[in-house]
Amino acid sequence: MIEVNDIHKSFGENEILKGISTVFDKGKTNLIIGQSGSGKTVFLKCLLGLFVPEQGTISYDGQVYSELSKDERSDLRAQMGMVFQGSALFDSMTIAENVMFPLRMFTKLSKGEMQDRVDFVLHRVNLANAGNKLPSEASGGMQKRVAIARAIVNKPKYLFCDEPNSGLDPNTATVIDNLIQEITEEYNITTVINTHDMNSVMEIGQKIIFLKNGFKEWEGSNKTIFKTDNEAVTNFVYSSELFKRVRKMYIEEDI
Amino acid sequence: MLSRFFYLSVSNKAMSYLHNIGTYFLMIKEMFHNPTKWSVMRGLILKDIDDLIIGSLGIVAFISFFVGGVVTIQTALNINNPLIPKYLVGFATRQSVILEFAPTFISIIAAGKVGSFITSSIGTMRVTEQIDALEVMGINAINYLVFPKFIALMLYPFVISISMFLGILGGMAACVYGGFSSLDDYITGVQMDFTPFHMTYAFIKTFVFAFLLATIPSYYGYYMKGGALEVGKASTTSFVWTSVMIILCNYILTQMLLA
Repeated sequence: MIEVNDIHKSFGENEILKGISTVFDKGKTNLIIGQSGSGKTVFLKCLLGLFVPEQGTISYDGQVYSELSKDERSDLRAQMGMVFQGSALFDSMTIAENVMFPLRMFTKLSKGEMQDRVDFVLHRVNLANAGNKLPSEASGGMQKRVAIARAIVNKPKYLFCDEPNSGLDPNTATVIDNLIQEITEEYNITTVINTHDMNSVMEIGQKIIFLKNGFKEWEGSNKTIFKTDNEAVTNFVYSSELFKRVRKMYIEEDI
Repeated sequence: MLSRFFYLSVSNKAMSYLHNIGTYFLMIKEMFHNPTKWSVMRGLILKDIDDLIIGSLGIVAFISFFVGGVVTIQTALNINNPLIPKYLVGFATRQSVILEFAPTFISIIAAGKVGSFITSSIGTMRVTEQIDALEVMGINAINYLVFPKFIALMLYPFVISISMFLGILGGMAACVYGGFSSLDDYITGVQMDFTPFHMTYAFIKTFVFAFLLATIPSYYGYYMKGGALEVGKASTTSFVWTSVMIILCNYILTQMLLA
């Protein structure tokens, strides 16, 4: 569980996060949504420890990040997995070497044990035969799955995904969404996803927070987002005619 | 109004330079902290030795051989006085190659070849979020990326030794086959009045230049911001500043060690 308490983050005169508080639950897919420039990426980078908030605290299962020593922070980060928007795979390594990387860095497993773990994880993301390829030889969807495999190979407690569906076709995007949700429930980890994809919001948004101009504007789930009368949320989520109709049908059926 | 604008512009520029210098030294300090596992680091060092040292040998050998030849021809053509012995051609070539050409000129070439490679490879990792991925995993990215390059470039004096040898050899070939003096005269000149401290001076310079070659391009790659275009700009800036620092340090070291 990750608890965020009143965090503020500025760059020079520009205040990006203006006092956000929320809780991300374990075993759930937690989504951060909002328009471009609303502070989603900065918020995610604060959660990852890449940016340090000027005010407020972030605690990971009771460990307050700002109170940890440098070594303790490194240990905590080793328990985090991250799926970057552009996958961020290491170009010079094969897919299997990319996935093995966290194991080589943080465990004392033998080469055979590491290979077994890599094979298991690659199999889990349906890439059992792709280990010897280079990232440049893989499609966008495959690269995302490799990034997920690398993020979960060391059995993290926290999984962060920045726009995991960007640039993917709807079919592959659904596969990635389902994979993330299955892994979250299977390993009982705290997953936080930064997304613009409304399909993801509807499908896997077990908890959703909506950011606007650096504030938390709304908090709920994919069940409650249909019924909210928050104008900012409805303008953002139901901006297309298709989603307006989906919402109408959902409300009518529910009634 | 104009003077105030000028003052603000200069003070902002000065602050920016000071900030860069401070960040550069903090990066060097960070390079030795929280070291990467030796089993991983060993592989990185070997890869960087291959990329930065072995990969530079070809161009260094080519340039050294032919520039050594040119130095000899220029020296021979400028000695018109029949009272000046022919063996001075070999002597002048040796002094030029050992004292300046091999350590300094080759380091400027290396700033272009090795420095651009370091800046663009680290810069590309920054642009494609690979450095963020390292940091998120709790890895000291500066140690992971810069330290192996620093260790690999500690073998740079080996490259300069080869450059010295080939420069003098190229001079010999140009001298003998160009008919400027005999082989015996050239060898006599190369061996004449040899001062071992000149080699020490050359290698002290080389170690300092190796440090600059490893760290300045790494700094420009690691702290770059923006996209692919900025990677190119960072490579150019890194080449300029590495060259400037090599020339400056060359002057300071020469003043300290030889004057």
